[in-house]
Amino acid sequence: MGSENDDGAAHDGASAPPAEQRTATTLRINAERHTLDLDHRRVLLDVLREDLDLTGAKKGCDHGQCGACTVLVDGRRVNSCLLLAVALDGCEVTTVEGLAGEGEELHPLQRAFLDRDAFQCGYCTPGQICSAVGALAEAAAGHPSHVTGPATPSGRPVPLDPDEIRERLSGNLCRCGAYPRIVEAVEDVVVP
Amino acid sequence: MAGTGTAPGATHSALGASAERREGRLKVTGGARYAAEHPRPGRAQAWPVPATVARGRVTAVDATAALRMPGVLAVLTHENAPRLAEPDDRTLLVLQDASVPHRGWFVALVVAETLETARAAAAAVRVDYAVAEHDVTLTTDHPDAYEPETVNGDFPGRREIGGPDGTPAAVHVDVGYEVTPLHNHPMEPHASTAHWDQDRLTVYSSSQGSTTVRDTLATMFETSAEHITVVSDHVGGGFGSKGTPRPDVVLAVMAARATGRPVTVSLPRRHLPAVVGHRAPTLHRVRLGAARDGRLVSLAHEVTTYTSHVREFVEQAAVSARVMYAAPHHFTTHHVVRLDVPSPSWMRAPGEAPGMYALESAMDELACELGMDPVELRAVNDPEREPDSGKPFSSRHLVDCLREGARRFNWSGRDPRPGVRAEGPLLIGTGVAAATYPVLVSPSTAEAEARPDGTFVVRVNATDIGTGARTVLAQVAADALGVTLERVRTEVGCTTLPAAPLAGGSSGTSSWGWAVHEACARLAERLADHGGSPPVDGLTARADTEGRADAESAYARHAFGAHFAEVAVDTVTGEVRVRRLLGVYAAGRILNARTARSQFVGGMTMGLGMALTETSTMDPAFGDFAESDLASYHVPVHADVPDIEAHWIDETDPHLNPMGSKGVGEIGIVGTAAAIGNAAHHATGVRFRELPLTPDKVLRGLGD
Amino acid sequence: MKPFGYVRVASVEEATEAFAAHPGARYLGGGTNLVDLMKLGVERPAVLVDVSRLPLDAVEELDDGSLRVGAAVRNSDLAAHPLVRDRYPVLSQALLAGASGQLRNAATTGGNLLQRTRCPYFQDTAKPCNKREPGQGCGAREGVHRDHAVLGHSEQCIATHPSDMAVALAALDARVELLDERGARSVPAAEFHRLPGDRPERDTVIRPGELITSVVLPAATAWLPSAYRKARDRASYAFALASVAVVLRVADGRVAHAGIAFGALAHRPWRAARAEEALVGGPATPDAFAHAVGLELAAARPLRDNGYKVPLARNIAVDVLTRLASAEAP
Repeated sequence: MGSENDDGAAHDGASAPPAEQRTATTLRINAERHTLDLDHRRVLLDVLREDLDLTGAKKGCDHGQCGACTVLVDGRRVNSCLLLAVALDGCEVTTVEGLAGEGEELHPLQRAFLDRDAFQCGYCTPGQICSAVGALAEAAAGHPSHVTGPATPSGRPVPLDPDEIRERLSGNLCRCGAYPRIVEAVEDVVVP
Repeated sequence: MAGTGTAPGATHSALGASAERREGRLKVTGGARYAAEHPRPGRAQAWPVPATVARGRVTAVDATAALRMPGVLAVLTHENAPRLAEPDDRTLLVLQDASVPHRGWFVALVVAETLETARAAAAAVRVDYAVAEHDVTLTTDHPDAYEPETVNGDFPGRREIGGPDGTPAAVHVDVGYEVTPLHNHPMEPHASTAHWDQDRLTVYSSSQGSTTVRDTLATMFETSAEHITVVSDHVGGGFGSKGTPRPDVVLAVMAARATGRPVTVSLPRRHLPAVVGHRAPTLHRVRLGAARDGRLVSLAHEVTTYTSHVREFVEQAAVSARVMYAAPHHFTTHHVVRLDVPSPSWMRAPGEAPGMYALESAMDELACELGMDPVELRAVNDPEREPDSGKPFSSRHLVDCLREGARRFNWSGRDPRPGVRAEGPLLIGTGVAAATYPVLVSPSTAEAEARPDGTFVVRVNATDIGTGARTVLAQVAADALGVTLERVRTEVGCTTLPAAPLAGGSSGTSSWGWAVHEACARLAERLADHGGSPPVDGLTARADTEGRADAESAYARHAFGAHFAEVAVDTVTGEVRVRRLLGVYAAGRILNARTARSQFVGGMTMGLGMALTETSTMDPAFGDFAESDLASYHVPVHADVPDIEAHWIDETDPHLNPMGSKGVGEIGIVGTAAAIGNAAHHATGVRFRELPLTPDKVLRGLGD
Repeated sequence: MKPFGYVRVASVEEATEAFAAHPGARYLGGGTNLVDLMKLGVERPAVLVDVSRLPLDAVEELDDGSLRVGAAVRNSDLAAHPLVRDRYPVLSQALLAGASGQLRNAATTGGNLLQRTRCPYFQDTAKPCNKREPGQGCGAREGVHRDHAVLGHSEQCIATHPSDMAVALAALDARVELLDERGARSVPAAEFHRLPGDRPERDTVIRPGELITSVVLPAATAWLPSAYRKARDRASYAFALASVAVVLRVADGRVAHAGIAFGALAHRPWRAARAEEALVGGPATPDAFAHAVGLELAAARPLRDNGYKVPLARNIAVDVLTRLASAEAP
């Protein structure tokens, strides 16, 4: 599935930077292919927000210090504010807008966030949810965290208790202080 | 415990229910749009240029290099920016003259086609300054300190009851505390998108109250408020820093006028500390004198803080002592110094948060001196009437909160001796502190409409900054109309709706809810006149609570609470981590258990940050905050926060508003820092009197 | 951020050639620090040579039992690699103590070594900094410097190196492999970063255009008991106030091998050679550990506001040494 979009120049001709500072770049975003003529300075976050009107990924700090911009690139959670989009040519990007299924169906984490009231202002929420999606995959793939016990065997899935969830989501700040509810929401998805 | 009366309107189940947030689905799917996320064709991006001197004047701005960059539309400076009429808040008078009152003050604004170009061009603007001497260092003996007439909230700066030569005290505490500057840092940086269409202005602004934004813009741009629409649909937190307009919205409107384009100004995170307000540092001296039985014979709380040269804002940190405890001699005062610092402003529970840290820490010290349980000390000093005004409390229930918290926290088994609970290198301790926050309420208007299809629409320019205003106002409406919640829709967050006050001072829900309740009650009456169903074109009722919501009350109205904390202090590293945190509140009727709990817990989390992680250092040489980003200013992360518990007692208070509610947004932060600090003392036997309790201070206190 | 050119390369040879062909070039790995600093105007490359997709993304065991870690291996993958977790736990722990899950997924091994100081004066182009602009002066020395160096600093610079990973590499006797058009060379990880002296603008011994191709973890320190401890202002996602990496072998109650390195105390990971020397051959007791660490930290020259780092570093080092020694004891 997916479709083809030639999004063309992201800037109008008069203001575009010279050719040596632009590159045609193809990204697959939420299963849609986009080819854009990108200013090398443009980071993935601004491609999403400014060029494609996908404003689910938020700009909280623009410097990799808050996690609000978290998306999945080739299935891994990353801070989209620090990724030069030109360097991602050919990559698969999933944003919060791409998590839900068809129609009304929410991703289990989205549902759990609603059930647990795991947000207030909502600005960190897409990043928290994408980060949790990535963190669950990492634990399943055997990635340890700072709080994983030394006796935990390497290369095996790591069970996620609340301390593990807290540590693994610590790259996502929430100033409203929804942390306890977010941990519950992630637990709900870990333990059905 | 909590009265026996029944609050008006308490007959329907919609009020108090744990209703799910109405905008929740939009927020978890990324569909909720914030102020910078409203693109229009031709929308340009702007980037401010902050001053790089602590005090002085701009002598020249050279924008040549910036203007040569392809895609740069304009560079606004004090020389070419649109002229503004003076607003009440002078921090909004940007690009109007050459003066630089503090480092970080905006001296230019670049408008460009893209964010990248705007940022690069802002870096290329060359600004020359005539530099003047500056002073940014706060001390208690600063020669320019003065005692202000009033402090924030219009409270008197100084109050004294009784004389110092009354009953002699058996036990004295005379201690000093320090709270560093603190930053609100909502997750959404301050942002505005503005667009002029002839003389009509549309603005999307990240604000806690768009009615005030509209009115301020009308003043500053000398246009009619009717020509301005301000939308604050979804707001990514504010915590006081978006309570009134900030420079972003003024700059966006100026830039849109100057360029004829829609313009977004989204402030870079590093710019925020200097231009959106912060909690000023406070230096406290608290003197308590008590009889052997614990009763206070004297209470003195003296606060020294700073403000800027742009405007006077005095953190009212001694005011909460006037509410908390009575004493034959009761003395509270503030001193403030005008320094060349960024302008301080509101941050969650201004006054109460730092003030109650100091007072409740001192009460703990007094309890230790007396050899008395700190819960009991507070109980014996619980006053009948508000000490300062002499008014009866509309409801208080602080002692109930303390007792309920003690029960839930298992306080009764506590060994009071400090420094005796070790788990290997960890020292464990528990602490308690009380909390208070005033019940504030402002007049509001609202409109309720009955539609022929049996649904209802409530309109009020409330702002949902994360409190769940849409949801709770629907509950208030459903309750007043006597209908199910599903039949009520709420429209908030736009100045085309009936005017309403800000989401701030824990007053939003009470203020808006009062007007919504009245409009709905009126609508219900009119519906009854129509035989229960509206005519084909619907039926509408309006309300305006002016004169009632702002009427002077015969009662002292405050929310109260009790906080309990358990901490572990690592004697190897000096790291302090909270293991348990519990709050019990007396906050009137809780209108939505789910969203109220989230606000309590959120406040406590911010209090945890104030206690342990958040610090900001004014750089004496450069005049700015050294911790200007989120890597260095340590907002608590997931790993810092245990499973925080928030509870409340059922409180029925007929002297508040038709819903019987007090505010819940701020009281959670008040007292949390003191409870954690008191727990750290209980753990270590060392009294730390400067926040936050970071390893450098704790190791020093532990004597390495 | 000033505009720049972009070149993606497919081989290390292409990389060094592209670098040589473009004045003002910089290599781009994960970009987590470089893009951050470009946004701040601290880094101003004319061209980025993207080396993130070079075939340097493997962790492979060499014939002599050492482990070669490609420079493009992401921090999260390195921390999770079973060979690393099992043989060099200190390295996995150090990586996991740094940054966030998102950043570790992007940051590369080579890039981690080349990250620059978090000194706020360095990051603010409107303030003087000898590291950013030699000759400007140092804003931190008399300024806000609670987080700054207590060891090996100079009049010109008191910055610290922020990496956790590099501290573990120093303690493990790892080597950093470098390549440029002149050929390949290898330097000990503990000597890869410099002290500031009068050239604070140079963080490392790397030559312009030289590319980090891999890091080699020696067989000699594989399987040895090792651990990392970091003290910080919040429980996660914060740079170290002080950290320590320890590799310790005890035989018959005596220290047979000690590799100790401190983080956040100096302009580079601080290999505690004096402490190691004092320990090897001696008893593996807490007193001996305290004595040895004390000898090392005697060289500390704290500034006005960072004296706490000395007892903090001592405490964590003695704690980790004691823990490792007792875990090893039967």
